[in-house]
Amino acid sequence: MALPDSGPTNDVNDVLVRVQNLTKHYPVGRGFFHRQHAVLHAVDDISFEVARGEVLGLVGESGCGKTTTGRMLVRLTNPTSGSIVIDGTDVSSISGADMGTFRQKAQMMFQDPYESLDPRMTIFDIVSEPLNVNHIGNLEQREERVAEMLTRVGLAPPATFMFRFPHELSGGQRQRVAIARALVVNPGFVVADEPTSMLDVSIRTGVMKLLAELREEFGMSYLYITHDLAVARYLCDRIAVMYLGKIVEIAGSEEVIGNPVHPYTRALISAVPVPDPAVVRPIPNVRGGVSKPINPAPRCRFYERCPAAQKVCKESDHPELREVAPGHFAACYIL
Amino acid sequence: MDALLKVEDFTMHYSTKAGWVQAVDGISFALNRGQSLGLVGESGCGKTSIAMSIMRLLPYNAQTKRGKIYLGGRDIYSMTAEEFRQARWKEISMIFQAAMNALNPVYTVGSQIVEAIVEHEPDTTEEEARRRVAELFDLVGIPAERSDHYPHEYSGGMKQRAVIAMALACNPSLIIADEPTTALDVIVQDKILREMEEIRRRINMSMIYISHDISVIAEVSDIVGVMYAGKLMEIGEADDVFKRPRHPYTYGLMHAYPSILGDKRDLATIPGEPPNLMAPPEGCRFNPRCDRATDECRAVEPLMTKVAPEHSIACHNPVWAPSSGGEQVGVAR
Amino acid sequence: MNELATSPNARQSNGEGPRFDPGITEPIWKIRWKMNMRSLAQNWEVFKESRVGMFGLMIIIAFGIFGLLWPIMINFVWDPLVYHPVVGFDPIMMHPSPPVAGHLLGTDPIGRDILAQLMFSTGREFLLGVLSAVISVVVGTFIGAMAAYYGGFTDTLFMRLADIVMLFPFVPLLVVIGSMMRLDIFSFAVILGFLEAFGGITVILKAQALQVKVRPYIDAARVAGGSDLHIIRAHIIPNVLPLSFLYMMFNVTAAIVSEATLSFFGVLNIDMSWGMMIHTAETAGYLFDFGKYWWLWAPSGFFITLFCAAFYMVGRGLDEVVNPRLRKR
Repeated sequence: MALPDSGPTNDVNDVLVRVQNLTKHYPVGRGFFHRQHAVLHAVDDISFEVARGEVLGLVGESGCGKTTTGRMLVRLTNPTSGSIVIDGTDVSSISGADMGTFRQKAQMMFQDPYESLDPRMTIFDIVSEPLNVNHIGNLEQREERVAEMLTRVGLAPPATFMFRFPHELSGGQRQRVAIARALVVNPGFVVADEPTSMLDVSIRTGVMKLLAELREEFGMSYLYITHDLAVARYLCDRIAVMYLGKIVEIAGSEEVIGNPVHPYTRALISAVPVPDPAVVRPIPNVRGGVSKPINPAPRCRFYERCPAAQKVCKESDHPELREVAPGHFAACYIL
Repeated sequence: MDALLKVEDFTMHYSTKAGWVQAVDGISFALNRGQSLGLVGESGCGKTSIAMSIMRLLPYNAQTKRGKIYLGGRDIYSMTAEEFRQARWKEISMIFQAAMNALNPVYTVGSQIVEAIVEHEPDTTEEEARRRVAELFDLVGIPAERSDHYPHEYSGGMKQRAVIAMALACNPSLIIADEPTTALDVIVQDKILREMEEIRRRINMSMIYISHDISVIAEVSDIVGVMYAGKLMEIGEADDVFKRPRHPYTYGLMHAYPSILGDKRDLATIPGEPPNLMAPPEGCRFNPRCDRATDECRAVEPLMTKVAPEHSIACHNPVWAPSSGGEQVGVAR
Repeated sequence: MNELATSPNARQSNGEGPRFDPGITEPIWKIRWKMNMRSLAQNWEVFKESRVGMFGLMIIIAFGIFGLLWPIMINFVWDPLVYHPVVGFDPIMMHPSPPVAGHLLGTDPIGRDILAQLMFSTGREFLLGVLSAVISVVVGTFIGAMAAYYGGFTDTLFMRLADIVMLFPFVPLLVVIGSMMRLDIFSFAVILGFLEAFGGITVILKAQALQVKVRPYIDAARVAGGSDLHIIRAHIIPNVLPLSFLYMMFNVTAAIVSEATLSFFGVLNIDMSWGMMIHTAETAGYLFDFGKYWWLWAPSGFFITLFCAAFYMVGRGLDEVVNPRLRKR
């Protein structure tokens, strides 16, 4: 399968994360006597790359497999097949002592600031946990480092936050704590799973700006998972759009927003509400609703809902990604 | 024209162990038949509390301090419980937050709506009610044969439609929709919002949309009310409010969120956090987060003032800049 | 890669450069101690709201004082020859004697003072109840956390074991164990503790641990690089512990009742306890004439009931601390 090269932003070809043919299948219930009737293709044979210092947005509706992809990248979920190489390390083969090193390279931020912090731990314990479990530094150094990170994410002065419990902080402050925890080991790559989606608007902007600043400052790469195209556009260099376990379009973010080619991406973009009553949006051109990719038929995954579907879409397997413009890939037969 | 719903200086506080939470404070607005009002604000700003006040569904620790709510000219808090029970559903109904959980899993969707109709219109036979359900399903875009299915056989969007059908069951003149699409994906959200608007126009119904998402409000409302910390900050015709937001908070909300339209622009940040409603700030409740705040704002609470025929704000130092283009005044960055 | 990773800004000032001052003036252990004290004080505030809990606590304290009086009474006030709970005998009157001056609660059929017996037993009831409850909860928490976290074989093994223990009729089983080996108060507490641990407690605490296990902060700890042991120790157990503590209170009750039942059957190698007192009355045949010899069984029966009720009430009070949803607004 042709591997989509990273977009025009990546002329030095300095690839930090390389994902090839990544697949995750879940057996779906049923089977009283362990007969497996159905397989959910949560993530189905996807490939992409993230360059050093780049932010790749993974956009899609709920159930499209974006979170599963993110979890596989930090090895919270084991892939069914495929390979993930982060900074020269094959993620699926690490074990034992290498795991600690890997954890310092790749970290994750979670969606829910109320659930991702242990309610029985202090902010200091939470932020210093990655240092603690990987035996980095002594207590004094950890204190310094935690204080530095808290200051950096806008929780200053650190002494007033370090020894409080999560329930004493607001949602925005908690998400900043979660960011500090992810960045305390100075990872080169962070999977950010909708870290701003549960925050109120006036708080969310501050956190989004912080993420953008930290990326510049630390030279990090993000895989930014979101359902919100506007957020993806603001934060990401490139956007990959997922539908039922497949990447259907991947390109630079302005290109995806301004010149979408896949019918699904087009529908998705035209469905985003606009804060201006004067703008009349076109009706998103899709039929029906999202189904689940359980034992999907060998045809284009978007076939049932596609307004432009033709015979070839039904008779051939799901289309491969192909380059429709420099750095712009889409998986569609009728382009 | 007489307003269908009129809220006058309504003030409702919650009693808690730590003190009084001033959840709704001096809210006034009026809604005509066939109009839609969008209430926008962040969590804890009192938008759901005002909806619950209109529905008389407040928890036991809520206390109405001042003000009146008139529905079709009648003060709802002077009706007897039985009178209001009849008004509910027939004159006013509500689509709740997380509506998909509002359906009882052990009955078919159709029978739940039939039950609601028969309960509130005892004259209707079950046969008529069934026919009505078929019409309603047609209206909200669910195939009629699905009425014999159980809620778990519905997708999220379908459940939402079923709940809308239920709210429409007794032909109310007003529906309050509290975050009707928050849990849904954008494409489904778009469909549901379009359908609701179409139904509203077709049967000349009034609607109150409640959402934290200013874009959703922009799409569906004739009138927009912006709430902050239990107060109405700005209310007016949607076109005017979005074109010329006068209140710094409204302005901030509109510029705090990235858009997929136009050029990529920098975002405005509203510093700080919403206040504790047990001890809200003196003067204007927004003053600690507002960069236009003066000593007057810190001492004197601003009153609702008309700035255009159908546009009022509560602010001493309003922003007078168009929202798109031009200089950006009065927003911290 | 094992030195402390720093941000690029800090790296410039590496070496002897100015270090980042966290602005903390006290050592961490001291801060932690203070925080623990503070959260203890907060929980106490919530507990205090519960009248049932406070009432139970006061009863327990009263029992504690009553039990502590024993060494003072026997050493300084009472004549050990007369008031010894097991071998004492008052030669100047007929036995069993109803309450009189000198024997405020009367004497038993072989001339021993009932009040002295009650007082002597209180301490041992505490020992038995608390020891078995602590054992059951410590073992149950650990096994519950392991079973929930690892699932699979570990889970199946302990859950089937729990089924077996729960299926077995508890009291007859103890009677059999009691008759096979002479159980003193320690070994009885240990056996009781383990039986409770492998039975109901594990299942309840496992259910709780399963809820904790799926929380995002467990994922966060795994991404941070925490080992299984770290996650169980630092996240799962601390979050299950409040519930464990609550069940500890209920287990005290269970232990006391079991002891009373088994003593009544006379299968325990315990010379004196509240249950033994009823046993004595029964074997001497005085339990048949129900109301007439009330002082033989009523005081100990009342004490067993009150003692169990007190722990149960404290458990109810703790429930409000542990489950904030139950709190009154």
